[in-house]
Amino acid sequence: MAGPSTYVPKSGFERWLDARLPVVRMMHGQFIEFPIPRNLNYMYTFGGILMIMLVSQIITGIVLVMHYTPHADMAFSSVEHIMRDVNYGWLLRYMHAVGASMFFIAVYLHIFRGLYYGSYKEPREVLWILGVVIFLLMMATAFMGYVLVWGQMSFWGATVITNFFSVFPIVGDTLVQWLWGGFAVDNPTLNRFFSLHYLLPFMIFGVVILHVWALHVTGQTNPTGVEVKQKSDTVPFTPYATVKDLFAMVLFLLLFSYFLFFLPNYLGHADNYIEADPLVTPTHIVPEWYFLPFYAILRAVPSALGGVLLMFGSIAVLFFLPWLDTSKVRSGAFRSIWFKAAFWLFAINAVWLGWLGSKPAEGWYVPAMQIGTIYYFAYFLIILPVLGLFETPKPLPNSITESVLKKNGGQIASGAGQPAGATSAPETKG
Amino acid sequence: MAFFSSRSLKSLVIAAAVALVPAGSAFAAGDSKPPRMQDWSFAGVFGTYDRAQLQRGYQVFAENCSACHALSRIAFRNLMEPGGPEFSEAEVRAIAANYFVMDGPDSFGDMFEREARLSDRFPPPFPNQEAAVAAMGAYPPDFSLLAKARAPTRGFPGFVIDIFTQYQENGPDYIYSLLTGYDEEHVNPEGELGHYNPYFMAGEYIAMAPPLFDGMHVYQDGSPETIDQYARDVSAFMMWAAEPHLEQRKEMGFRVMAFLLIFGGLVYMTKRRVWSAVDH
Ligand code: HEC
Ligand code: HEM
Repeated sequence: MAGPSTYVPKSGFERWLDARLPVVRMMHGQFIEFPIPRNLNYMYTFGGILMIMLVSQIITGIVLVMHYTPHADMAFSSVEHIMRDVNYGWLLRYMHAVGASMFFIAVYLHIFRGLYYGSYKEPREVLWILGVVIFLLMMATAFMGYVLVWGQMSFWGATVITNFFSVFPIVGDTLVQWLWGGFAVDNPTLNRFFSLHYLLPFMIFGVVILHVWALHVTGQTNPTGVEVKQKSDTVPFTPYATVKDLFAMVLFLLLFSYFLFFLPNYLGHADNYIEADPLVTPTHIVPEWYFLPFYAILRAVPSALGGVLLMFGSIAVLFFLPWLDTSKVRSGAFRSIWFKAAFWLFAINAVWLGWLGSKPAEGWYVPAMQIGTIYYFAYFLIILPVLGLFETPKPLPNSITESVLKKNGGQIASGAGQPAGATSAPETKG
Repeated sequence: MAFFSSRSLKSLVIAAAVALVPAGSAFAAGDSKPPRMQDWSFAGVFGTYDRAQLQRGYQVFAENCSACHALSRIAFRNLMEPGGPEFSEAEVRAIAANYFVMDGPDSFGDMFEREARLSDRFPPPFPNQEAAVAAMGAYPPDFSLLAKARAPTRGFPGFVIDIFTQYQENGPDYIYSLLTGYDEEHVNPEGELGHYNPYFMAGEYIAMAPPLFDGMHVYQDGSPETIDQYARDVSAFMMWAAEPHLEQRKEMGFRVMAFLLIFGGLVYMTKRRVWSAVDH
């Protein structure tokens, strides 16, 4: 994307280092000069937010481990020790637990941004697939982290989820015993989940680096879906993206703080304040809220194997999305009303499936889960492939610059040229 | 874990996860009466515990509930720490002196009983869960976390509204409602030994007999000596036991959010300034 580097080493040391390992030059290229489309909206700020959430989870997690004991007899008490006796332990633990929820809120909005603006379309297939890999790793990490608390929902959630693997013919039982390290969820299970819960976030970090690398090769999409064509289509990352991302982060941190300080247990389940007891099954086993849509899909069909395949399929289909969508234009903003209707229905359906996921699989909930599941898959497997073939998209602007100027009433202002350095202008739109 | 073979456990769990028919019990959790919502001093952004109420709640616990219920995650010293009942050190030493704990081994290798110290945790009334069940037919749950471990579901749209009203008091509301919700007129069906209580989450009949009666505890501060007041006080005490750092949390939250609001305002103005030169 970027042209030749404009980095000028300032000190003697920087010049010395630059000739040997041009890491500062690389960072300068990625986070100072990197050109971003000038018309990005706030839906494009979740990448940065996800980055700080990942770092926050890793830092709070590492400090939690200093006080946590991964043993079936002591794990629950050690979490309570953190909550009661460790200085600011309650803050660490709530930051980590509520932080996981916030991480998922951000990732879901980030994914829906991609779905609407067609971010997965050529040439960003690899970028998208890396994102789905991160999402999968996040789900595995959060699931195993929840088990570490060793409360009733930890234990029974782990029992239900790991049992899914037993539905696979022939290898199922062996697979589950291998996961458990025994014949039930017990201390060995807790130990291996602890080990993996520590490992996976660093794997996520690695994939995030690849994700950002891929992003910086293709550049960002933008709400018009028209690729960057000329220099006036973009602004440099710093200060434009930096300050806007920072503002979005502060807003997000406000939301995070609200839950963290005033509703820390709202997003959790009360049963997880009861220590795990293999002899007492909770009346109603539910996973954390961010898994609920998938939990509804799992229970939509009366066959256990079918449900498990559907659930895995619901994520797997995301990998194929770049090739399923046949639309000629990238951005949903320039697609027909049919696309918009289908998209928003998909979003509502996802929330609806989430609500159903918290309900028992009985009565009318079951057909509702089935209809929701059918629509989930139909969106990817029928609507997106077929709609693109028939649809007449709205006319696209010739360039980002043209669309921006048209939106602002054709005023040329200072925007047509390169904006850098200008501090005052007639146009002061936020 | 030898009670279940892996196969029977597995089929049980899969049945629970994918069952399409409701389980046999006609009385599933969630059918109990919704708790009556009370005004709590610790609710809301500026909520704090009422020290006198926590002290009265402790009194009810110590004179009554502690005969059956444990409080094993609370140390005596917690009773004098800021943000709690804040008894004086002398008072807490006197409280601890009423309890004996097992210690040892001593230099002869023998275990011995001694008076509790400030750093000891409340010893449980029964040596283990089995002994409690044997004595009472059901296990009286430990109080340390109970106020956070009971949260009757709020349903739609209640759970959405709760985000804005910051409703987090379903635990103490539940305990209060349970304690004041026994129906003495109720006639049990043949063979039912429990006590009818429509608020009980796990069924209609609870193994605990109504533990409170008017006038049974003598309050020093002139508060009413009624079931209602006792129930309210002990529920608040249990909330503190479950969330001892609530005051510190809310206070810090207010400062953090105030900072973020001001900082956010400044960043927003900077952002407008930076972008003002660019149509976007
Ligand atoms: C004589 C013994 C005894 C005393 C005294 C007693 N309880 Fe209980 N309590 C029990 C038993 C037994 C249970 C378990 C009931 C069941 O599971 O059916 C119980 C259960 C409870 C529960 C849990 C209900 C639930 O949702 O599981 C609460 C709350 C409770 N008691 C509060 C109190 C309070 C507050 C006091 C003091 C005012 C008190 N109890 C005094 C024996 C007692
Ligand atoms: C992708 C990043 C991460 C996510 C999404 C995540 C998620 C979670 C979740 C959902 C819980 C259960 C919280 C609760 O209900 O109390 C948890 C617990 C825990 N996590 Fe993480 N985690 C992440 C990273 C880490 C890292 C990097 C570490 C350690 C280095 C760590 C250590 C712990 C520990 C010790 C617990 C148990 C204590 C507790 O419950 O607070 N986590 N994690």
